[in-house]
Amino acid sequence: MTRGSMRREVVIGVDADTAWGVVGRPDQLHRWFPGIVDCHVDGDVRTVTLGTGLTLDETILTHDPLQRRFQYRITGGFFTEHLASVDVIALDDTSCLVTYASDAAPAAMAVVLGGATASALAELKRQLEAGATPPSRARVAEDAA
Amino acid sequence: MTPPSAGRAPRRRKILLVTTDQQRYDTLGCNGGTVGRTPVVDRLAAEGVRYERAVPQSVVCMPSRSTILTGQHPSTHGVWMNGVALPVDAPSVAAVLHRAGYRTALVGKPHFQPFIDPFGRFAENGLARSGAATVDSPWSDGTVGPHRGFEHLEFATHGPVGPLHYARWLGAEHPEEVGGYYAVLDADLEVNATGGGATGAPQVKDNPIPRDLYHTDWVADRTIAWLDGLDADDDWFCWMSFPDPHHPWDPPASELGRVDWRDVPLPDGYVADRAERERILDAKPRHWRLWYDGRLVSNYEAPTRWVPATLTADQVREVNARNAVEVELVDEAVGRVLAAIVARGWADDLDVVFTTDHGELQGDFGLLFKGPYHVDGLMRLPLVWRPAPSAGVAPAVVTRPVGLVDLAPTFCAAAGLPAAPWMEGAALPATDAAADADARRSGAVVTEWDSELLGVDVHLRTVTRDGWVCTTYRPGTVHDGSEGELYDLADDPLQQVNRWDDPALAGRRADLVADLHAHLHPERSPRLPLDAPV
Repeated sequence: MTRGSMRREVVIGVDADTAWGVVGRPDQLHRWFPGIVDCHVDGDVRTVTLGTGLTLDETILTHDPLQRRFQYRITGGFFTEHLASVDVIALDDTSCLVTYASDAAPAAMAVVLGGATASALAELKRQLEAGATPPSRARVAEDAA
Repeated sequence: MTPPSAGRAPRRRKILLVTTDQQRYDTLGCNGGTVGRTPVVDRLAAEGVRYERAVPQSVVCMPSRSTILTGQHPSTHGVWMNGVALPVDAPSVAAVLHRAGYRTALVGKPHFQPFIDPFGRFAENGLARSGAATVDSPWSDGTVGPHRGFEHLEFATHGPVGPLHYARWLGAEHPEEVGGYYAVLDADLEVNATGGGATGAPQVKDNPIPRDLYHTDWVADRTIAWLDGLDADDDWFCWMSFPDPHHPWDPPASELGRVDWRDVPLPDGYVADRAERERILDAKPRHWRLWYDGRLVSNYEAPTRWVPATLTADQVREVNARNAVEVELVDEAVGRVLAAIVARGWADDLDVVFTTDHGELQGDFGLLFKGPYHVDGLMRLPLVWRPAPSAGVAPAVVTRPVGLVDLAPTFCAAAGLPAAPWMEGAALPATDAAADADARRSGAVVTEWDSELLGVDVHLRTVTRDGWVCTTYRPGTVHDGSEGELYDLADDPLQQVNRWDDPALAGRRADLVADLHAHLHPERSPRLPLDAPV
């Protein structure tokens, strides 16, 4: 078991564009991913800080608002291989399916990511169905300054 | 934390729950064990009640420990396999006792939440770093109190790595000793297959750590320290949870001379003749032989890169020798804690329960470790209840099946409290006659297994009753749901003859399967997520 592949999914009662409005903001991941306490994006590099204080560097591979697809790769850390894919798929005008797939080696880390992404999707659903919206890009820039 | 109310009336019984991890029934002298010496627990057994058929509700750590805490079956508490976290607001017997005024502590291995936790999602992994004795968490009744009802938590597991108290203490105070331990996981975070010792057995290493720094003595030391901080008239419940004799088998090298592995007899369950061993395995459902041959890894609890068919007789001897050393060290540590309790004047009011979460194959059928194998190596547990001498319970041996699900109501009874309505067991009987007379007992005990890991799933349900063990299978990766195991414990105590398909036992089988289904509890819905391999 050197490599593992996990997929988690959730149906959310908001339209796909609303969900993508959050999922498609890579600088806002820490707001809906339990266990990630901070993240910074610089070009195609995202650095996330975990609840244990560990940091992970990630390369953003795909940010496609037309397909509503986001992909990234964790580089280093516990991982010898990693690819994550987050997709927002419209079901109808008021609901969407969000999938979060993690391919990773070692396989044990794929299982860990499966658990973490499941909790992230649950939190995403909770926030979106409660009407939460991400802060504006201008607000984020102000906060960073 | 809220101390018990001052001026409380009569003293109540103190409760010491001692658990080990992955210990076989036959490793205690009082149960016929001959390799390790266990005079302390043997004496508790002689003074109290020894159970000859104590059965876990799961044969892996997290579900089984959750059963001990909640008094519920895995289907109910929801921890369906290792890596599934017990919700922080799950019912807890410790919370019941704390609310009743008991001081409460858990010292040693918890494992209600996954250990592999890089995101820091689980409170139990962050406690040592925080420096707090506990944290407030929601309770099952909607109130908030100390985490799972324990006002004091101090944790250890099988090694010196990770966020728990023992690892942080050893790394800070004795960093030179960290490298002496066996690395439980390898570089790929799989259970390590590297061999050591004289025979190259997996998970074996000579550990140069001084005995007083080893985690067994640390657990006893920290338990004594907590007890020393209590007032003389405090009522208390302490769960002292030793990580041993679970692998790795790396006790302090200074202690290895206690048991020369060359002198250790092969266990009765080890079938020395390879052809005979494989014939026995082939008569069981397919995953037995597939794992033995290294063709199927169904669970995380054994090294994926180790092939059981390569296990030699000498490796079995060496593993059992080291296991016995670890069992002896635990026994002596329990003795130290009991002496400290006696010195505090609590002896007459002290209930002691000694048990484990599940067993270890330890050579049976040519296998080591654990997995979806519901046979005595994993299912027959050491269990001793030494009631408080002030309770006047006569020493006895109970042969009727009991379960770890019965512990929580036992603690309530010892504390003079009714069992909580969510508890699914019944207080341990003090005699066979008491077991037979107890309307809450049917004589049947259920064990569950579910695992789904990286595309492989296995599902077992087992009933132990009337001297029989009957296991049914649900459809899974290598099972179609028609398989089963049926063993007559009287005629076949080693469970080497699977009589599931014996026409002469068709009626017996149908009766046991029907009884099993009648005793299964509804499965928690929605199912709790798998958060980590372990």
